[in-house]
Amino acid sequence: MSSNKFMSSGVSRRGVLKGASAIGGAALLTPMGTPMARAQAMRGGTLRVGMAHGSTTDSLDPGSWENDFSIFLAHSSNNYLVEIGQDGSLIPEVAEGWEASPDARVWTFTIRSGVQYHSGRTVTAEDVVASINHHLGDDSTSAAKPILEVITEMTIDGMNVVFTLADGNADFPFVLSDYHVPILPSNNGEIDVTSTDGCGPYVIDQLEQGVGASLTRHDGYWKGDSRAHFDGVEILAIHDAAARQNALISGEVDYIDTVDLNTVHLLQRAPGMVIFPVTGNQHYGLPMDSRQAPYSDNNVRMALKYAIDREQMVDTILNGFGSVGNDHPIGPGQRYFNTELEQKSYDPDRARYYLQQSGLDSIDLEINIADAAFSGAVDAAVLFSESAAAGGINLTVSREPNDGYWSNVWMQKPFVGTYWGGRPVEDLMFTTAYAEGASWNESYWSHERFNELLVAARAELNDDLRREMYFEMQQIVSDEGSTIIPMFAAYVGAHNDTLMHGDEIATNWANDGHRMTERWWFG
Amino acid sequence: MSHIWSMIGKRLALGLLTLFIVSVLIFLATELLPGDFAEEFLGQSATEETVAALRRELGLDQPMHIRYIDWLTGALQGDFGNSLSNRRPVSELIGGRFGNTLFLAAYAAAIAVPLSLALGILAALYRNSFFDRFANAAALTAISFPEFFLAYILIVWLAGAGGLFPSMANLRGDPSFGDMLYRTFLPALTMTLVVTAHMMRMTRAAIINLLASPYIEMARLKGMSPMRVVVKHALPNALAPIINVIALNLAYLITGVVLVEVVFVYPGLGQLMVDSVASRDMPVVQGVALIFAAAYVLLNLTADVLATLSNPRLVHRR
Amino acid sequence: MNIIMPLVWIAAVCAAAMAAGWIFRTVAVAVSPRAIAKALKSAPLTASFGMLMILIYIVGAFLAPAIAPFSETEIVGREFQPWDDVHLLGTDSLGRDMLSRLIYGARNTVGIAFATTIIAFAIGSITGLLAATVGGWMDQTLSRAVDVLMAIPALIFSLLLLSIFGTSVVTLILVIAIIDSTRVFRLARSVALNIVVMDYIEAAKLRGEGLWRLITREILPNATAPLVAEFGLRFCFVFLTISALSFLGLGIQPPTADWGSMVKENATLITFGDITPLLPAGAIALLTVSVNFVVDWQLHRASGLKD
Repeated sequence: MSSNKFMSSGVSRRGVLKGASAIGGAALLTPMGTPMARAQAMRGGTLRVGMAHGSTTDSLDPGSWENDFSIFLAHSSNNYLVEIGQDGSLIPEVAEGWEASPDARVWTFTIRSGVQYHSGRTVTAEDVVASINHHLGDDSTSAAKPILEVITEMTIDGMNVVFTLADGNADFPFVLSDYHVPILPSNNGEIDVTSTDGCGPYVIDQLEQGVGASLTRHDGYWKGDSRAHFDGVEILAIHDAAARQNALISGEVDYIDTVDLNTVHLLQRAPGMVIFPVTGNQHYGLPMDSRQAPYSDNNVRMALKYAIDREQMVDTILNGFGSVGNDHPIGPGQRYFNTELEQKSYDPDRARYYLQQSGLDSIDLEINIADAAFSGAVDAAVLFSESAAAGGINLTVSREPNDGYWSNVWMQKPFVGTYWGGRPVEDLMFTTAYAEGASWNESYWSHERFNELLVAARAELNDDLRREMYFEMQQIVSDEGSTIIPMFAAYVGAHNDTLMHGDEIATNWANDGHRMTERWWFG
Repeated sequence: MSHIWSMIGKRLALGLLTLFIVSVLIFLATELLPGDFAEEFLGQSATEETVAALRRELGLDQPMHIRYIDWLTGALQGDFGNSLSNRRPVSELIGGRFGNTLFLAAYAAAIAVPLSLALGILAALYRNSFFDRFANAAALTAISFPEFFLAYILIVWLAGAGGLFPSMANLRGDPSFGDMLYRTFLPALTMTLVVTAHMMRMTRAAIINLLASPYIEMARLKGMSPMRVVVKHALPNALAPIINVIALNLAYLITGVVLVEVVFVYPGLGQLMVDSVASRDMPVVQGVALIFAAAYVLLNLTADVLATLSNPRLVHRR
Repeated sequence: MNIIMPLVWIAAVCAAAMAAGWIFRTVAVAVSPRAIAKALKSAPLTASFGMLMILIYIVGAFLAPAIAPFSETEIVGREFQPWDDVHLLGTDSLGRDMLSRLIYGARNTVGIAFATTIIAFAIGSITGLLAATVGGWMDQTLSRAVDVLMAIPALIFSLLLLSIFGTSVVTLILVIAIIDSTRVFRLARSVALNIVVMDYIEAAKLRGEGLWRLITREILPNATAPLVAEFGLRFCFVFLTISALSFLGLGIQPPTADWGSMVKENATLITFGDITPLLPAGAIALLTVSVNFVVDWQLHRASGLKD
C-alpha cells in the first residue's frame, strides 16, 4: 500500500491551502511558490496553453463568444478600445483617450492613429463604429446586445467617435472593454465574422475550433516591445481535467487554465509546478424565482440563506480556493465593496426562526442543478441539502443534464444554480442580473428602492455619494434579494516555473484578465 | 458465386434504406432534445430577441418537415450543409477528423485483432488450464474498467513526468507516420484493451463449441497434434461467429471511442458528435451519424460476405 | 525488483482467491442437498471463487443498511480523509464514508445492472427467437429495425435519449435496456436460426405445437448456453455504460452511490498514484470476473466436453 502513503502524510495540505486562499483573497497577489517575478520581461519562446474549454462548434463571430478558449484567443489576436489594467483601472488601448459630458450621457473617444491590423491596414473610426454596430440592431444575435443597447447614437468626427447614451453612465468605458467588442477591420460598415484578422499582439496562423490554435507575434504591433513577449502561442483545448494536469506535468504545455480542485494539492507537489489562484469577482449562486411561492416570501429566502454552510462550501467545493459570499454579487476587491455588512453564516436555529416567521415548521423544496451551472454545483447542492436538514428544510437535489441546462432549467425551474464571471464595475453586475426586467434577472426579483438607486448611482459622478448608494444596494440585495451567493470562487490555473509575470495579476477574469499572452514572459 | 454479388447488391440497397431511417431518427431526436440550436448557442447569454433573430437568420423558424426536406435534398446532391454555429461546410469539418478516427481505429485493430485471435486459440487449446483462466481473468478485468479510467492508468504508468509516451495524442504540426504511431500509441493501447476481451472470448468459445463434433474427434483419433486440430479443422469452421464479433468491435473502434478521444485530446469524430449534439448543430450531427451508420453497415456487410466465403456450404447454397 | 514485486503480489492474490474458492466449495458441498452438492463438486476453483464473491455481493447489497458503518449520504468528516480506524477506506470528495458508499453502491449498482440486463434479455431474446422461428416479414421487419438502431453508436444514442427523457433511474434502466436488447436480439436470432432447421423442430411443428410452446419448449432450452454467456458480459457492460454516461455528465442522480459514478468522481486521483478510484473500479472488475467464471463453468458443463 505504498501508494497510499501520502494520504497520511498529507494532513498538512489543508494548512497550505488556507494560506493560499488568504493570499488569493488579498488585493495584491503573489501566487504562492512563485519566485519573485523578474522585473525585466524577456522576449522569446512559444507559450503553450491548455484550456479547459473550446468546442468544435465555436465560431469567430465576436457576438457568440462565451467560453474561455474564444475569449483567450480574442485577447491574443485583438485589441479593444479600452483595456482593464491589473489593478482594475482603465488603460487606453485602441482609444487614445475619452471625455464625458457632465451628465455622463455623451462620450467622445479619440481613436489612436497608426494601430495596425495583421493584414497591414490601420484602424479607422469607421472600424470602431462597425465593430460596435455588429452587436446592435434587430437582427443582432450578439450576447453583448443588452449591455450595448444604451448607445442611441454614434457619430464619427475625424478620429473621434461620439457616443450618445440613453441615460447617463459614469462607467461607460468599462462597457467598451467587454470581451465581445474587439476592434475589427470593416468593409462598407460591416465587419467580416469569418476572418481572423485583428489588431492584437498575435496573428492566428492556424485555428481548428475545439482543438487548438497556433499564433505568431504580430510584427507591426503598435505597443512595440513593451508588451507581447512570446514569439508564438499555442492554445490547445483539453477538456478533461486529468488530461490537462498530465499535459502540464509531462511538459507538453506550460500553463493550464483550470485546475481540478480535487487534486490540486497533489499537483502542487510535482516539481516545478506553480499553482496560480486569483480570487476575483467570479461567484457561484443559487437563484430562486421570487415570483413563485414559497420563494416569494423573504422569510423563506432568509431561512435558506442561514441554512447554507458557506465555510464548508469554500472548503469542500473550492478546496479552499475562494472566499465566502454574502448573497450579493460584489467582490471584496471592487471599488464600492460594502465593508460594513454583517457576514451571514451557517445558523440552523436562525433558519428555523425565519421559517417560523413565515408560519412553517419545516418545508420541502427541490433544487434543479447541473455541473454546467458551475464546477461542483451538484456536490454543492448535496452539501446544502445536508446542512439545511438541521434547519427544518428538506431539500431534494435533482441533477439535470449539463446539456441544455441554460435553456431548460436556468430561469425556468424555481430553484437552480448559476455562476457569474463577475463584472468589472458594480453597475454592470447589478444592471445585468438584478435590475427589474433585465433579461438575465435570474431570480425575477424586483425591488423599488434598489431600482431607483441603480439608475441614480449609474449617472452619479460624486464618488462619496456613489459609494453610499452602492453600499445600500448591497445591503438590500443581501437581505432581501432572491439569490443565495455562498461563495466567490478563485480562478485556479497552474504553470511551470519558467513562466514569469508582473507583481500584480488582474482579477477581472482568469488568466491575468485573459491577457497573459500579452503580459507574461519566459524567465 | 453469383448469389454473393446479388447478396451484396441487396444489402447495399438495404444499407441505404438504413441510412435514410437513421437520418430521420437522428433528426427527430435532435428536434426532441430540450432547447434548440439558437438557445443552446447563446447559452446563458440568450435573450428572447437574440434567440428570435438567430432563428430567423438560420431558418430555424421554418416547420421541421421543411427543414428536413431541405437538408435531405442537399444531402442527396452531396451537399451536407453548413455547420449552424461556425458556418463551415460539414464535409470540411468532418473530413480531417474522419481520417484521424480511421487511423486510430486501424491502429488499434492492427494490435487487437491478431492479439485476441492468438490468445483465443491458445486459450481454447489449453482450455481450463492456468493460462486460460489467467488470460480470461486479465481480459475481463481490462474490460470491466471504464475506458477513461484505463486511459488514466496507462497515462500514469507509461506517460507522466519522464514517461515513455506523450500523455496527449497531439497531431498538430504534421507529424510523420512513425511519429504519429508513437504519439497515438497510448490511445490505441487503451482501445486494444477495451476490445480484446470480447473477441478473445468469442474465438475461444467458438472453437471449443466445435471440439465435441465428431469430425474433430476423428481428427484427434488419427493422432493429429492438438494445435493442428484446432488451427486446421476447428478454426475454419468457427470463423463465421469470430468474423462477426470482429466486425462489431471494429465498428465500435470507429464509433464508440469518444471518451478515449477526450482523455487523450485526440481530434476524432466522437468529440465532434458530442459537441454538436450539445449545441444542437443538426447538420453536423447528421453528417457524423451518417458516417457512423455507414461504417457499421459496411463492416457488417463485409463480415457477412467473409463469413459466407469462409463456409463452402454457404457459397454453393442450393 | 520492480517487475518481481507486482508478480509476487499477483501470485499471492491468485493463491488467496483460489484458497477462498476451495474453502467455499468444501463448505458449500457439505451443507447443500445431495443433488446440488454433486454439481458443486465438479466446479473448478475459479467458479467456486466466483460464486463466493457473488454471494458476498448479494449479501452486501441486501444488508447494506445493517453492514455499512455510516449512511450513504451523510457527511461524516473532511473530504479525502486517509484510511483510519473510523473510516476504514477514508472519505470521498465531499467527506462521506467511502466504505459505506461502496457497500450501498453494491445495492444500487447491482440492482440497476440486474434490472437492466433482465429487461434487455427479455425483449431481445423473445423478439430474436420470434424472428428466427416465424421468419418472413416478421424477421425482415425486426432485423431491419435492429439494424437501424445498432447503426447509431450506443453511447451517443443513450446520450440523446437520456437528454430527451431525463435521467431518472427508471429512464436510465429502460434506455440502456432497449439499446442493449438490440445486441441480444442479434445473438438470439442467429443462435435460433441454427436450431429451427433441426429435424426435431420440424417434428414439433408437424405435431402441431403452437408458436409459444415451440419457442419456450423446443428452441429456448437449446439456445440457453450462448445467451447465458452473453448475459455475463452484458451485465457488466451496464456498469461501464453508467460510468461512461457520468463522464459525459449524465448517469445516476446524486447523492445515490453507484460504482460507475464513483470511479468517475475520483478518477483524477489515479493520476497522482492515489488508489481511491481503484476501489469502485475494482469492485466492478471483481464482480465481472466472478460472474464470468461461473458462466464459463456452466458453459463448459453444457458443452458436454469431458476435459
